[in-house]
This record gives sequence, C-alpha cells and structure tokens, in this order.
Amino acid sequence: MSEVYEKPQPVIDPGTKPFWDAAREHRLSIPRCRSCGKHHFYPRELCPHCHSDDLEWTDVGGKGEVYSYTIARKPAGPVFAADVPYVIAMIVLDEGPRMLTNIVTEDVEKVRIGDRVTVRFDDVTPELTLPKFTLDKD
Amino acid sequence: MAREAVIVGVGDVPLKDGRVVGGGSVLQVQARAAKAALDDAGIPMRHVDGLLVAGLWGVPGPGQLPSVTLGEYLGIHPRFADNTNIGGSAFEAHVAHAAMAIEKGYCDVALIVYGSTQKSERSRTLGGRPPILTMQFENVWGIPQPVGGYALAARRHMHEFGTTEEQLAEIAVATRKWASLNPAATMREPIAIDDVMNSTRISDPLKLLDCCLVTDGAGAVVMTTAENARAHGARAIHIRGYGEAHTHWSIGAMPDLARLTAAEMASRRAFEMAGIGHDAIDLVECYDSFTITVLMTLEALGFCKRGEGGAFVSGQRTAPGGAFPLNTNGGGLSYCHPGMYGIFLLVEAVRQLRGEAGERQVADLATALVHGTGGTLSSGATVILSNN
Ligand SMILES: [Zn+2]
Repeated sequence: MSEVYEKPQPVIDPGTKPFWDAAREHRLSIPRCRSCGKHHFYPRELCPHCHSDDLEWTDVGGKGEVYSYTIARKPAGPVFAADVPYVIAMIVLDEGPRMLTNIVTEDVEKVRIGDRVTVRFDDVTPELTLPKFTLDKD
Repeated sequence: MAREAVIVGVGDVPLKDGRVVGGGSVLQVQARAAKAALDDAGIPMRHVDGLLVAGLWGVPGPGQLPSVTLGEYLGIHPRFADNTNIGGSAFEAHVAHAAMAIEKGYCDVALIVYGSTQKSERSRTLGGRPPILTMQFENVWGIPQPVGGYALAARRHMHEFGTTEEQLAEIAVATRKWASLNPAATMREPIAIDDVMNSTRISDPLKLLDCCLVTDGAGAVVMTTAENARAHGARAIHIRGYGEAHTHWSIGAMPDLARLTAAEMASRRAFEMAGIGHDAIDLVECYDSFTITVLMTLEALGFCKRGEGGAFVSGQRTAPGGAFPLNTNGGGLSYCHPGMYGIFLLVEAVRQLRGEAGERQVADLATALVHGTGGTLSSGATVILSNN
C-alpha cells in the first residue's frame, strides 16, 4: 500500500477487537447469544435482545439485503471528497442484525432497497480491513 | 394546596444573518438569553435556584460540567441542577424535570438555558465524531453526520409508504412561509417546491433545502410555581403533560427507520398525563432538523396514521392559513438552528399562547404541543402547554 490511508480508522477496543481481527482475515464475525439464539451487531457485552452475557463470536455468511441507503453527494469531510458520489447502506444480514457499510459499485444510481448483497473485504492498511458489500446483480 | 409548576418567562437573543447581533462568547449569549427570560418573567436572577443546561460548547474544558460552569458565570448557586443532554430535545425534557422538581419543592425558580455561537466560530463539529466506542462502526464508512442518518430514514420511509421528495419539500416551503412572517428569522425569502427539488443534493434523498440552517442562537425559559407567578404578576403558561424517551444513538441501532419510536413513546405519555386528545391541540411546534424529521414526527405524535405523513403535509396544510399551523417561527429550517434547537420550540409556543407572535400569531389558541427530537432520530420529548 503506497498511499497513506487518511480516512477515519476505528479506535479498536477489547470489546470490538474480535470483529476487526476477523475482518483482517476476511471473515465476518459477530456475536451470537447462546441464551436466545439471536445474533447482534455492533458487538456488546450483554445481548441487546435478552440481556444475557452468554455470548459467542460466530462467523456469518456475509450475505444480506439492502435495508436502506443514501448516496453521499457531499462528502463526510475532505478525506472522502474524492469518493463522491458514494453509497452508504444499511444492510440487514441474513442472520438478522443490521450493519452500516458501503456498497461498492460502478453505478451508484443502481442501488435499491431489497437488493441482495455480498460482503467483500477491503484491506485499507496492513492493520485494517473494512467489510464492504457488493450488489449481487452487479 | 399542591404546588403547580408553570412557565413564566421566555427569552432569546437577536440574530442577523444567522449570527448573534453584537457577537459574544457562548457564555455571554447564554447570559443575555437568561436575562431576557427573567426580565420577561419579572423575576430577579438571584431567585433562580434550579439550573438546567445542555450544550455542545466548551468540550473538552468547562463545558464538561455545563450547569456548574454556567451557574458560576451567572453568579448563582443552584440547589437543583439538570445537565440532561439527549440532543436537541433536551429542553423539552428539562421542562418535565423542572416541573417535577418545582412541584416536589426541590426548587422554586428554574432557569433552562441554551446557547451556541457555532456559526460565528465556524465550529460545527458534528461531522467529526471520533470513531471510538460505538461510532467506530459508523464513521469509517464516510456517513455525513447527521444528515446521512436522516437520509437513510427518509429513503426507508419512501420505500415503505411511497412518500415522495415533493411531499418533503412541502414542509420546507410551508415553514419558509412562516419565516417570512417572523422578522427574527434568518431566511425569509419565499421558496417553491421546485426550489427545494432543485437545491443542491446533499445525501439522497435529502437536498439542501430539506436541511436545517446552521446559525448561532441562544434561548431561555423560566419556570416557577403558579403561586410565585401570581406574586410577580407574571402570566403563567400551564404544563398539562410531558413525556420523553430515547431508543438509540447509532443509526444502525434505530429500531425501525421508518418509524419514530421515541416520539411515539414520549407523546403517548404526555397525552395521557394531559388527559386530552389530538383534537384539543391548536398548535404544534416540532423539531425540524430535516423535512423528514417533521413528517415522521407528525405520524409518531398521532396527528396522522403511520405512512400518511406525506399526504398530511401536502397542499401546504401546515403553512400560514392552513388547517394545521406548524413551526410558526420558521423553524430550524428557516428561522435558526444553533446546533440544539429544542429551546426555541418552547419559546415560540409560549409566545403564541400569550398572543405575542405579531404577524404570525395563530388565532384562538388554548393548547400547544411541543415536541423535540435529538441525536439521529434518537430521542424525543413532548410537552403539552396551555394558557388557561
Ligand atoms: Zn440473547
């Protein structure tokens, strides 16, 4: 990687490290509750559904659909200026939780709610990989 | 006899082109607004024993303990303080908290204050939320804050209910008409639906004229007992009901992007406390950070059914002369929006209920509903007020 990555990078903490570690290995891993069986995201210490602390990290399939999206016509600060227009989407994973991400596509106008999407991993620095999504119809 | 908490004073500071006239630090402008509200009430500053403050100023630094700093600056020693900050709806929650404190005898005169000099200082920093803790899962994607979250909600609402961009534009146009009647408003030139539709695209489907202004501003509200109000000859505005709730901060954790759950929860409790129905509400002042905020709020407050907000605001029904007077000072969209706007909803509702709103005065008012929204559709707080 020759260029410096200037965009915001997550300040990884002990509660979130397994997610980012997995992403670096190109796995999407999120917590699942052994008590109620539900997955959640972002990762928490207690299940937000039943408040149990009996949680485990599980790899998920990386498939889902677009729950909502916006096309940024103005960047979120100068470091994103070169990317405009770009798509920020809320994905609902097949396992249930929603996550915010980018959809990487040549044609931003093409995105629709309900579109099927698949994770892809962007190694933006040697330490950081961002799970983004592509449209299955692309 | 039981103590009844009432609102007895409101105040703000004059703006020119969105900046505080005469300039001033964020502490100076809050002191001016506080004095204006206390003068309005006819109550001296030394009687204030409850101070309720929320702000985005002085952080890191003195703003970390805002009521403590502001109490010192104002030269008072409050025995009741509330620094509840749930976003722009904080001040509606402050009215509820002050009412409980006053009625319990925990304080006698409560002062609610807000101020911001973000426009003059060019310091609006919401976009720079550091990617720590929960926000490490939001900011890395380049979501423009806060507009991106509202845009996601707008898109989902359109998908589920067929709401259109033109319907959102109706709100911006109607609000501008109210602003044209308010000499204090920042943007007073009339606009048309097409102007909104053709304005700069920010974060689809939201365009520039769907978004609130970025201005300075300061406002304050004074509350005391009905008995004390009579002793000072102040005209009391009665607090009939209140409620508050919050559901999330990260947009990814909003329970349903097409439904403003916090406003549903807050307003349900407020209506129950007031013991009245929607027909009894003569005027609504609700937070308009973006046009979609208004549409979703009207649905959540129960003035129309879920999904019918678009039809409800169509045909300029919320404009001057329309069936449903809304945001009569020109709102955050056209009057002012100094970061956390909720205090100005209260100021305007009180002025309307007292019949002091000049050219924009709504006739035959008895009861007004004020609803603040904070964060990214995160929090809601409702207050129902009446002049009798
Ligand atoms: Zn659980």
